[in-house]
This record gives sequence, structure tokens and C-alpha cells, in this order.
Amino acid sequence: MTRKELLRKKREQIIEENGIIYLDNVSKSYSTGSPALNGVTLSIQPGEFVFIVGDGGSGKSTLIKLLLRELTATSGSVYVMGNDLAKLKHRQIPKFRRNLGVVFQDFRLLKDRNVYENVAFAQRIVETPGSEIRRNVPAILATVGLAGKYKAKTKQLSGGEQQRVALARALINKPSILLADEPTGNLDPKNSWEIMNLLEEINEKGTTVLVVTHNREIVNAMQKRVIAMKKGIIVSDEEEGGYIDED
Amino acid sequence: MKISTLFYTIKQGFANIFRNKWYSLASVATIAACLFLFGLFYAILANFENVLKTAEEGVSVTVFFWEGTTDERIEEIGQMIARRAEVAEVKFQSDDEVWAAFGPDYFGEDYAEGFPENPLEGEDNYEVYLTDVSMQDSLVTWLNSIQEVRKVNYSEMTANTLSGVNLLIAYISLGIIVILLAVSIFLISNTVAIGISVRKEEINIMKYIGATDFFVRAPFVLEGMLIGLIGAALPLWIIYMLYNYALNYVVARFAILSGFLNFLTVEQIFSFLTPVSLLVGVGIGFLGSISTVRKHLHV
Repeated sequence: MTRKELLRKKREQIIEENGIIYLDNVSKSYSTGSPALNGVTLSIQPGEFVFIVGDGGSGKSTLIKLLLRELTATSGSVYVMGNDLAKLKHRQIPKFRRNLGVVFQDFRLLKDRNVYENVAFAQRIVETPGSEIRRNVPAILATVGLAGKYKAKTKQLSGGEQQRVALARALINKPSILLADEPTGNLDPKNSWEIMNLLEEINEKGTTVLVVTHNREIVNAMQKRVIAMKKGIIVSDEEEGGYIDED
Repeated sequence: MKISTLFYTIKQGFANIFRNKWYSLASVATIAACLFLFGLFYAILANFENVLKTAEEGVSVTVFFWEGTTDERIEEIGQMIARRAEVAEVKFQSDDEVWAAFGPDYFGEDYAEGFPENPLEGEDNYEVYLTDVSMQDSLVTWLNSIQEVRKVNYSEMTANTLSGVNLLIAYISLGIIVILLAVSIFLISNTVAIGISVRKEEINIMKYIGATDFFVRAPFVLEGMLIGLIGAALPLWIIYMLYNYALNYVVARFAILSGFLNFLTVEQIFSFLTPVSLLVGVGIGFLGSISTVRKHLHV
């Protein structure tokens, strides 16, 4: 067995035993103030749909940054898709991130390019052949309901449409995990629901979906697993849970 | 790297120039100004050097022999001189030739009448021309060490002045070139730094999607190289036109100069200037951008 196969087997074993996302007693401190995460242990299985809820300063954003390997934990271990992120070398990070789809509250689209280019961009990065890109992009745009708008500049789109472009970009490389950081934060209720329905559809096709949100109504209505955080610790973790009130 | 990625990088490199067009223009203009000055200095200095070289070629050392030295020995010494690296040419002048050359200057056309015999008998000599006048001293020392050599005539001042001027020109050129290059590198790195700060958000997005360092950095480096290339090509074209015009003008208006001033042709100037300018332009573009990308782009 080659070293590569051995490593793959090891990753598969970690996923099987601990889940596709696994945090083991993870703390993260910045140079000033109290720790952003304090001894968090958490396991998410492949194919799950999980909400992470909590107010500002609860540690949600730090959690997302740790999962993206934008930050490293001060103590404890973070495993994503079987990779121990502390051991990931700088040059291995791009390849790791290609298996993660990510969507942000502020969409983060390339403003000077059109819808097609924004989505194709994610495929160019992974060096997908041009012929495949020309086939894949229209298909994914159709999935998110933007088939007719591929030529539009992103600034001509509504917030909901921009988030769909971001979603298409996150999904085009068929990631194992989709991280959505406040995906409905800038959207009206109608668009918010459309995005959430799309996320659910994606999840039904097998992608693990992790949504960080403030949106009480959606969390309560969708009846998914809800992990609530406060001041850097997990205060509740419920299957088919709801939004926990602060008071 | 796949061909499609290469094309993408090239396309982005060009696109970067246009997205950042005012800064790109400023960089191109400054590099063009620097390389224009460089080209101008080179054209002037190369011509000056050419004039000096022509003057140097005229500097000679004359070697005389003791009376009684056999013709065979003189010829042997002539061959020894010719074999030395600093010697460009050796000309033998027999005493009869010397008398025939000098006689008329001093005694008129009938110079031979009062002299039944050659008064310069035994004045057989070699006129030695050098490839590099700064080597004159060592050649003279060596010539004086030959037993049969009676006298070596040379002008120390001419040789020293010529090699001194040569050295001065080399130092001045080097100084000017170093300053111009430093200014250009600074400017390119500034342009790329501004480009990076303008596109910080885009770079972050690329990182989140999983772009490699190379994929993020390459368009910026290419942008720097393209700016350098355009900044080099522009002054080359201007200097080409100017030089051609100046050469034609001088030759037409001051025909009298052409007797002793030998101007280099436009081809001679550009056979050196074109590759050097283009290389320098692309080189400073590369260095300026890669150092900035490393400094400002932590991907």
C-alpha cells in the first residue's frame, strides 16, 4: 500500500470514528481578552445538516475560521474530513479547502466579473479543463435557479441572486462539506427561505451542511440539529432543536 | 501547470494592468523614462567610446634596435611582439623606409642629394599598436628587457589620459544605470503593492476557494513583467527614431566631422541596446513584483 493510500485510509477511519468534522477540547485565544472558544468538543457526521446559533462573541465565527484553517487552535485538535488541521502544511491548505464549499453573509463575489465567470473561477482554480467548465457552470447555475442570468454582472443582481451565485460557486467543485456563515444575514425572508431550501436540497444529495445563523424563524422551522454557543462554549446540542433564547 | 491555467494567468496579468490602469501607466512611463535615459546615455557613450577607441588604435610604441642586430634576430623579436595578447598589430619599418618617409618633410623633394648614404641607417624599427592602451606600461617594460632593444618610444601621457577617460566613463555609466534601475524597481513594486491592496478582497476569496500561492501570485508577477516590457519597448522605439534622425542630420550638416569622428550605425547601437533594454525592463518588472508579492501577499 502506498503512503498516499495509507493516509487516505487513516482519514476514512477518523471520519468513521469521529465524524467528518471533529473538535476535541478545542480552545482558541487571541492576544487580548477572554478565549473565543473554550474547550469545545463537537462531532458532525457525514451528511448531517447542522445549525450553529449564538449571539455576537459566542465563538461562531472563530469556529468557522478554525474549520477553514484560517486560524489554528491554541489547544485541542480540529479534524475536518479526517485531516488534523494543526498538522496541515501551508502548501496543503489550498487542496484541503477545495473540498470545502463556503458561503458568506456578504456573498464575496468578484464584482468586476459576471455570474458565469464567478462560478467558473472556482473551477479554474482547481484546473478543471475548459470544456468541463463550459458544461458544469450552466448546470450548477440551473440548480440554483440562475440559468438565465449567467451574463449579468454581480452588482446588477439582488441580494438573493448574489447569494445563489455564491452557493453555485461553493458547490461546483462538489465539496464534501458546505460551510455557510450567516447566509441569510443580508436577505429578506422570502430570499432567505429560498436559500435555505437550496441548502436543504444540497444536503439531501449527501453534502454535509453547517449553517451559522441568527435567523430564529428558520432554525425553529427547519427542525435540524442545533448547536447553541455562548461565550466560547457549547451550551446545548439538540437533534431537531430550536433557537435558544438568551433570557 | 495546465495550458488552461497558463492562459488564465496571462489573461489575468493583462487584465490587472487595465484594472489598475493609472498606476500601470505611471509605472510604464517611469520605466520608459529610465530606460530612455539609459538608451540615450548608452548611444552617446558608445559613440564616445568608439571615438576613443579609434584614438587608442592610433597610439603606437616604436621599438629601435642596437646597431649590429641581425635581420634574423629583428624578425624573431617582431614575431615575439606579435604573439603578445595586448598587441593588435606590428609594422616593420626599415631604415630606408624611415628615411624615405622623413627626408622629404625636412629637406624637401631633393632630400637625398646632400646625403650619399642613408643618415638614418640602423634605424630599423617596429611600430607596435595595442588592443588596450592601459597595457602599454607592461609592454614597454617587457620590450626594454630585450637585450637587442636600444630604445622604446612611447607617449605615457596619451595612454594614461585615454585609459583614465575610459575608466571615468565606465564609472559614470555604471552609476547612472544603478540609480535608474533602483528607481524603476521601486516604482514597479509600488504599482504592484497598490494592485494588491486594491484587490485584497479578491485575493481573500481566491484563498477561501482553494487557490494555490502560485495561482494567486502569478498574475501580479506577470503584470510587473508586462509593465517592464512595455516600459522597455517604448523608449527603444523612440531612441531608434531619434538616433536615426540625429545621425542623418549630423552626417548631412557636418560632413567635415566624418573624417575624424566615426559614428556607430543604428544597427551597431541596437544590437546591444535592444536585448539589454528588454531584459532589464522585464527583469526589473519581475524583481519589483515578486518582492512585493512576497512582502504583501501572505497566501
